[in-house]
Amino acid sequence: MSHHLILRVVAKFLIPLILVYGLYVHFHGEVSPGGGFQAGVLVASAFILHALIFGLNKTRPIARPGVLKAIAAGGVLLYGGTGVAGMLFGGEFLHYGVLAADPVKGQHLGIILIELGVLFTVASVMLLIFYAFAGRQKPEAQ
Amino acid sequence: MIAHNLVALPVVLPLLAAAVAVLLPPGRKPWLLATGIAWLVFAASLALALRALGGEVLSYPMGGWEPPWGIEYRLDAANALLMVLIGAVAAAVFPFAGPSVKRELGEEKSPLFYAALLLFLAGQLGIAVTGDAFNVFVFLEISSLASYTLVASGKDRKALTAAFSYLIIGTVGATFYLIGIGLLYALTGTLNMADLAARIPEVAETRAAHTAFAFIVVGLCMKIALFPLHLWLPNAYTYAPSAVTALLAASSTKVAVYLLIRFVYGIFGADFSYREMPLAWLLIPLAVVGLLSTSLVAIGQNKVKRMLAYSSVAQIGYMVLGIGMASSLGLAAALLHVFNHALMKGALFMALGALVYRVGTSRLHQWRGIGRRMPWTMAAFVAAGLSLIGVPLTVGFVSKWYLVLAAIELGFWPIVAVIVIGSLLAVIYIGRVIEVAWFEKGESDERCEAPLSLLIPTWVLVIANFWFGIDTRLTVGLAELAAQSLGGTP
Repeated sequence: MSHHLILRVVAKFLIPLILVYGLYVHFHGEVSPGGGFQAGVLVASAFILHALIFGLNKTRPIARPGVLKAIAAGGVLLYGGTGVAGMLFGGEFLHYGVLAADPVKGQHLGIILIELGVLFTVASVMLLIFYAFAGRQKPEAQ
Repeated sequence: MIAHNLVALPVVLPLLAAAVAVLLPPGRKPWLLATGIAWLVFAASLALALRALGGEVLSYPMGGWEPPWGIEYRLDAANALLMVLIGAVAAAVFPFAGPSVKRELGEEKSPLFYAALLLFLAGQLGIAVTGDAFNVFVFLEISSLASYTLVASGKDRKALTAAFSYLIIGTVGATFYLIGIGLLYALTGTLNMADLAARIPEVAETRAAHTAFAFIVVGLCMKIALFPLHLWLPNAYTYAPSAVTALLAASSTKVAVYLLIRFVYGIFGADFSYREMPLAWLLIPLAVVGLLSTSLVAIGQNKVKRMLAYSSVAQIGYMVLGIGMASSLGLAAALLHVFNHALMKGALFMALGALVYRVGTSRLHQWRGIGRRMPWTMAAFVAAGLSLIGVPLTVGFVSKWYLVLAAIELGFWPIVAVIVIGSLLAVIYIGRVIEVAWFEKGESDERCEAPLSLLIPTWVLVIANFWFGIDTRLTVGLAELAAQSLGGTP
């Protein structure tokens, strides 16, 4: 679809906005509907829009499958690592209250961190699934 | 810190190791990591079982949220038995998986394969240890999704359709379970198992409680592969890689049996399950028909792997029979058979994997004279087969003995006959393999024993079959303690 000038211009304008909105949903998810999963889907949708407009071959070098796989695993590790940190600071697994001197601050910190892990994993797995399906129709693109 | 968090570690370790395994390069490293984790998990579960054997009930508030509001990990004798079982099977199968999977699938996908294997382990242990009914669903999905991918990784293309039908039936089962939990939550406002058990008697007479019970029991029976809901199992076991089959056969259905026991006795209570609801009339006939019919089908199979898969469905009949008897002794027999069957089927599928490693197929007619070519591997198969039949001094005998005692106690003489006939049918299908392997002449007599890296884990499980057949203190002790704590009789 790269010959559609309007789509290209609008996409270039929208993609950063979608990414920022994803981060907003993430950081605001603590007090309003939203959170890491929804934010991850939004971030992935920015890349998917890029792929739809400019083609898979342009998107793949930006978000490479190998890197995405590492980010997916890293997200799980961030989530689990936050949980283990709770254990190390003398609490239970995923006990965020002990992460900071003030238990309420600790809860804020913990939930932001684990949801960040969710964001990483969901966004990269969404993209990997998209690549797997979109790449199927054009075997030569692989 | 470790002592305080010991209950959570067996779940946390494989979960995080799965993510690490994805990051490792293809080759031996993911396997080494997975094996190390499996051994750590086994050590932790043994330490936990020793504490549970002392009559201690460990409660762990996940995330520091006190039960019944937060997720509680709760370990009593029943969970401890199951955790030791999963840990032991994983500790034996993971080392075995290295050479076997390398031969069957190659190494280029090994990070993802071992990540799935570790996720499966984390899910199974999570179901075993959690005291929260919804958390069970989450772990059920983690382990099931991992096992669908593991089945699909089999090299035969039919593995894909086998995994797909497993996926459909498994998802229907999990959905039924979730509907049941949803109804219970609407009725009682709690998801904590102990809290549910306390609140269900108030609402026991309502239609919603009956519906919830029906959904949960049917959903779990799909996961258990109770006849006639077993059709996903033979294909899934046959086309999965050998090591995966050993792991699935030894732990996956057992965990579902444990869940059924937990819900029927621990949460709904035997009084509700057998007086308010006619559960015995559902479980005992299905178990008997399933036990006899799938044993007969097993006799007619040409592929040994498929034969053992049908035999697994038949053996599930024994466990469900014990559950359906609704007595303390029957429940103890069911729990014992859960543990013992895992040992024998684990050993059998591993011996089969070692044979397939050399022969390349589990078709019976190509196993002619294999006993002379691979005597140690085939001896392991025969020894585990004897345990499956229930020869004295093996674990198979112990659990069938308890099952027969439970049936006699209730005066169910036809059931005793069914157990004996089932064992005789097992003699026939195991005997067929022995006849072809030892008494028929093959094309060559050249020795081609499976490598030691496969033989040692297999024989460890075979010896465990005899060890726990002679020294029954740990298994019978935990099973009786568990049966008491769950409250056997209605």
